[in-house]
Amino acid sequence: MSNTYRSFGLAAAFAVAALVGGTLLSAVSVSGGLSALAPGDWAAIRFTLWQAALSALISVALAIPVARALARRQFPGQRLLITLLGAPFILPTIVAILGLLMVFGRSGWLNALGGGLHLPEFSIYGAHGVILAHVFFNLPLATRLLLQGWQSIPEERLRLAQSLGIRGWTLFRLIEAPMLRAVCPGAALAIFLICISSFAIALTLGGGPRATTIELAIYQAVRFDFDLGRAGLLAMMQLAITVTATLLALRIAIPDSMGAGMDRRITSSSRDGILPDTLAIAAASLFLLAPLAALAVRGLPHVMELPPAVWSSAMRSLMVASASTLFCVLLSLAIALAAAGGGRRGVLAETLGMSALAASPLVMGIGLFVLIRPVQRPDLAALPVTALVNGIMAVPFALRALIPAVARVERDYGRLAASLGLTGWSRLRLLILPRIRRPLGFAAGLAAALSMGDLGVIALFADGESATLPLQVYRLMSSYRMDQASAGALLLLLLSLGLFWICDRGGRKDVDA
Amino acid sequence: MLTLDNVRLSYDDWHLSVDMEIPAGARVAILGPSGAGKSTLLAAIAGFLPLTTGRILWQGQRIDTTPPAARPVATIFQDNNLFPHLTAAQNAGLGLRPNGRLSGPEGDRVKAALARVGLDGMGDRKPGALSGGQQSRVALARAILQDRPILALDEPFSALGPALKDEMIDLVKDLATEREQTVLMITHDPGDAVRLGGSGAIVADGTVSVPVEAETLLSDPPPELRAYLGER
Repeated sequence: MSNTYRSFGLAAAFAVAALVGGTLLSAVSVSGGLSALAPGDWAAIRFTLWQAALSALISVALAIPVARALARRQFPGQRLLITLLGAPFILPTIVAILGLLMVFGRSGWLNALGGGLHLPEFSIYGAHGVILAHVFFNLPLATRLLLQGWQSIPEERLRLAQSLGIRGWTLFRLIEAPMLRAVCPGAALAIFLICISSFAIALTLGGGPRATTIELAIYQAVRFDFDLGRAGLLAMMQLAITVTATLLALRIAIPDSMGAGMDRRITSSSRDGILPDTLAIAAASLFLLAPLAALAVRGLPHVMELPPAVWSSAMRSLMVASASTLFCVLLSLAIALAAAGGGRRGVLAETLGMSALAASPLVMGIGLFVLIRPVQRPDLAALPVTALVNGIMAVPFALRALIPAVARVERDYGRLAASLGLTGWSRLRLLILPRIRRPLGFAAGLAAALSMGDLGVIALFADGESATLPLQVYRLMSSYRMDQASAGALLLLLLSLGLFWICDRGGRKDVDA
Repeated sequence: MLTLDNVRLSYDDWHLSVDMEIPAGARVAILGPSGAGKSTLLAAIAGFLPLTTGRILWQGQRIDTTPPAARPVATIFQDNNLFPHLTAAQNAGLGLRPNGRLSGPEGDRVKAALARVGLDGMGDRKPGALSGGQQSRVALARAILQDRPILALDEPFSALGPALKDEMIDLVKDLATEREQTVLMITHDPGDAVRLGGSGAIVADGTVSVPVEAETLLSDPPPELRAYLGER
């Protein structure tokens, strides 16, 4: 691997780390002493930890029967369902929230059903609503992780159990329980990590003294109280929690959820437990698909009546997503080239690039806010800042796809390229880029969809003129214009999935061998 | 003359010591049990592996410190010899221009090289649309265009059937004769050594034997080769 790549890659990795670290320092620089924390802030810290733990536990617990059923049964549409389980990763949060409102909200399907039966009204607002939304997002992730666990059980062991007549509870205790003990902690920790920096869900469904996360408290401290000292202090708290959890996660191996398919089936030939399996799959599908169906039903008729403000915010979102994707892909590619070269510098590049995992959008946001405010009106900087933060946040995910791919190219073709004198730009153009098209397209798709759906840092900066589509949808929702909000959310969903599809497709088209 | 002067290659507690001279234009088959270090030896000559000690010289010039592409060696590997996303002509053309940009006359030279190895008119095909033998031919066409005095082959035809393999070895022999190239070819089949019509050297027990004429080597094998071949 040539030194030019190394230098570029290291520079890119340092840029990521500098942005993560620099925004953090700037957030810390304005923070007051611990006394600056309002009593509500301690409640926010407690709530953040509590809801994340509970969301993780519930998601994993519910995922066990679903993953078990998916591992044991074969049915038409199974592959599609498993693919769909990967979709929440790129599903814009606000879209899911609106969908959940259509089902679980005051005038949603559930209350319509319950009202007919004279049941008390269910309210989605509050702590349980936040957890419900987190489970909606993370049950699929947990299911995929556990499904991999089931698929990793050696076929021979199951055949042996069958031939020995081991079944039912004994089978579970002997073969499946040990696997679950190995896989569940990692899955739970992964979800815990996601939920501790929850912002959009807490913003929309939570709030108040009993359902405010730290990220939400940062936002409120800036937007409503204009208390940067408190916001900076909260940012430090958030960082301390994220870093602790991330370090913990490094010790417990978190399983990789990306690109998991149904490669091998361990189909149960017995009809034992077919009823619970069917129920688990049906209930999970209903829970995951009903909100999106409800959203489509409500929003579709109103898409064409969307006001111009929504369309122009969609344009802004597309621009932000494009810039953020380009930024993320260039940085990640440079880092991946350096990282795949190995050695101490390679490890350094990868570690620095991954440092964005410990960042949270609002912490970066407040840091940039403090940096930018003296020189520029924050609302004017809203779009570039959003693109920047989105791009950085997507770098770790892009790296996870790109580093192994580049390493594989080097392993397979490195010697041939070296013997032909393929170096620098030629090596990139003729060898590496064509060979990593698929993961590159996938990474670009992820970055685009993540940025398109982001409702985080933009809320901190934007005013009426610079709202992106997710923020616009949130505003419609807050002013109870649910028809328009649903239609806007549907548009957002379409654009996010569309961007992902275009990028991913671009990587797959006429790839040879 | 290719000189391996007190070369020592080490990896953990594995060692290979070589001290030998190969005259320019010689065709040497490298035989020996797997794991003995045949590929390691070739990799060191081609520049993929640093020497632990010693020197490698070509025509008196030291080459063991130059990068692979600057050595007088064209290498053909056991697998992954072609980039699957490039056409046969593009793959072969890399032997001429590593940046892939060929001028008109250079394009003609690529065509001629492909024709020489029997792939006339197949330049637009990608490796996936070529048979195993044809893929080997593309790699040979590339080696022609690289125009290096030494041709290093690391069991490139081991996946081909016997008849096809003989055909490829004949082609290598013809090409090397035309261009007065020195050939180093790893093989696990002593018959290949005879077919190549040169000498054979045996890599075993941490050393490399002095190349001996292939026919002689087979009719009266030294103990290390006898151990490898078994009693026949």
